[in-house]
Amino acid sequence: MLGAAGTALTAGKSKAAGVTADSGEEFKGVLVDTTRCIGCQSCEEACAVAHDLPIPDIGDESVFEGQRDTSTTQLTVVNRYETEKGEIFVKKQCMHCAQPGCVAACLVKAMQKRVDGPVTWNTNCMGCRYCMVSCPFDIPKFEYNSWNPKIVKCDLCWERLQEGEIPACVEACPTETLLFGTRRDLLEEARRRIYREPEKYVNHIYGENEVGGTSWIYLSAIPFEQIGFKTDLGTVAYPEYSTGFLYSVPIVLILWPAFLMGLSYLTRREEEKEKKEKKR
Amino acid sequence: MSAGAPPREVKSWRDFIPFIRNELKPKGKIFTPFNIISVPVIFLGAVLIAYRMVMGLGSITNLSQDFPWGMWIGFDVMTGVAFAGGAYVLTFVVYILRVEKYHPIIRATVLNGFLAYVFYAGALVIDLGRPWHIFNPIIGNKFGLSSVLFLVAWHFLLYMAAEFIEISPAFAEWLGWKRVRKILSSMTLGAVVFGITLSTLHQSGLGALFMMAKGKIHPLWYTQFIPILFFVSSIFAGLSLVIFEGTISHKVFSDQLDDEHRTSHNDILIGLAKGCAGAMFAYFFLKVLIFMHGRHWEYLHSGWGLWYLVEIIGLVLIPCYLFLRGAMYKNLTAIRIAAIMTIVGIIINRLNYSVIAFKWYIPLPAHYVPHWMEIVTTLAIVFAEIWVFRWIVNRMPILRKPPAWATEE
Repeated sequence: MLGAAGTALTAGKSKAAGVTADSGEEFKGVLVDTTRCIGCQSCEEACAVAHDLPIPDIGDESVFEGQRDTSTTQLTVVNRYETEKGEIFVKKQCMHCAQPGCVAACLVKAMQKRVDGPVTWNTNCMGCRYCMVSCPFDIPKFEYNSWNPKIVKCDLCWERLQEGEIPACVEACPTETLLFGTRRDLLEEARRRIYREPEKYVNHIYGENEVGGTSWIYLSAIPFEQIGFKTDLGTVAYPEYSTGFLYSVPIVLILWPAFLMGLSYLTRREEEKEKKEKKR
Repeated sequence: MSAGAPPREVKSWRDFIPFIRNELKPKGKIFTPFNIISVPVIFLGAVLIAYRMVMGLGSITNLSQDFPWGMWIGFDVMTGVAFAGGAYVLTFVVYILRVEKYHPIIRATVLNGFLAYVFYAGALVIDLGRPWHIFNPIIGNKFGLSSVLFLVAWHFLLYMAAEFIEISPAFAEWLGWKRVRKILSSMTLGAVVFGITLSTLHQSGLGALFMMAKGKIHPLWYTQFIPILFFVSSIFAGLSLVIFEGTISHKVFSDQLDDEHRTSHNDILIGLAKGCAGAMFAYFFLKVLIFMHGRHWEYLHSGWGLWYLVEIIGLVLIPCYLFLRGAMYKNLTAIRIAAIMTIVGIIINRLNYSVIAFKWYIPLPAHYVPHWMEIVTTLAIVFAEIWVFRWIVNRMPILRKPPAWATEE
């Protein structure tokens, strides 16, 4: 079974642009058009309601003074950036990678990539926080002040999706900044928007190829590094960074004992010979 | 049962309780400096651990959303396991290569390795947010087969079992169980082969944990070869600790040693120093190759570059040279200084990956620095391990020769 740890990753490789699950089901996702966002924070409020979290005061604009991160009580936040093209608002939450680092990191499969796209957390977690170390976007948050802590993050409203609804934030968005659909359709739509208005958008869809593709994809009027995105993450899916090691595991597990037993056999023979000669 | 001396070995089950009760009594002086310092620290550590279990990890640690792993992982687990590497290296030398020279220190080394896993890998339990789920990856509440941590968890458990089998003949000799000892010692070679294989994989596996932290670890440290670097460095980390621990043990437990053992000890230390020098040179060479391929010259001019050079020149290359010189001129002081430098170097190296060069782009004061309560808890664990080590060495044939009946066969 330990050997299997080395081969488990063969599955999940080379899914072109990460649009489908292994079963062939289309990943769902959200397209965020940052040129449309007005910073109303309706998504933050809807998210809190849907997940039974403290409702934020969305009339309070002072929150935009600094850059906020998601937290154990806020699964999504909107940040404001002052740019050459004016104020730009950017919503932040879990990106729901096609091949998530957090899922590959989890040793009890508490983090799961669901067939329809969401990355969710389950209570069989042991709280090792390796998912936090492995997430390229630093999204999973841990309840440090609880005796029974949970890992908290956006789950793309997985339970609502099961009932045929769309994510709460998308439903609440008054400006159609957020668009929910299959990742394949969303990429088409994003390309269409760039093609129609090339002077409005930079020619890049964030999340199309980053870390092997993410279910949340973004459009922007200015280069992404200016509105708080990490642009140096590369296009390799994060689990692949540890495949080299995992592939070597079964090899070592088979070759080492054989090699060591052989070596031990060689040294034993000579030792016994010496003993016999001494006796004579 | 009331009259007479307590039994010296356990012949029947009725002897068991009086025997253990007698052995539990303290031997030697009670008010030694070590005891006076360690007992309050262990007591305070226990209180802190209890407090943490009720109030959560944030109550006594400086861990944060940006720094999910702190000193308990970076020092206790990462460094503690590297230092326990002496056990697999020496079992390889003694049981596979059959170099008899090192036989006198094998039991102390394996015992130290075993206890290191029990205590330092055991320290993981207090670091886990939901420790009651620690057996989930073992009992099959979903196997995360693609996780490096899954492999490491299994290997910790299996390796502890292998090391227990390796050390168990000493327990049997202590209890006077002759037949049990025979069975247990017949399993030694198997346990050794299994143990070396597991060690190779989880020593490197601890490094592989950081592969997905790409972008978070400073480019001077992050490389795809982290697992190999962790494995090679565990060889000389383990041997350096054997030199360090052996030096102290020979002073503290000198009543346990016979003359033969005492005279051979210097020769053993010189041999270990040569081994360290070899492994460290290989490690240094690997580091240079990786640096050349990484093309990170520009970072050398920064403060991080200096820190990198301190580690790689000051705490690898220089002790490597000291080991070599000490071995050539039979200078034990040089060897001991080199061992201490190497130990410091390994602590810094493991902390660089887990804490210091991890998210180097977040400067102080937002950067993680351990809370004093984390340090006290760690000290308590180290002291507790030394207490158990001392208890066993004073009672079982670890440093002293096994009883005559055990060596007769």
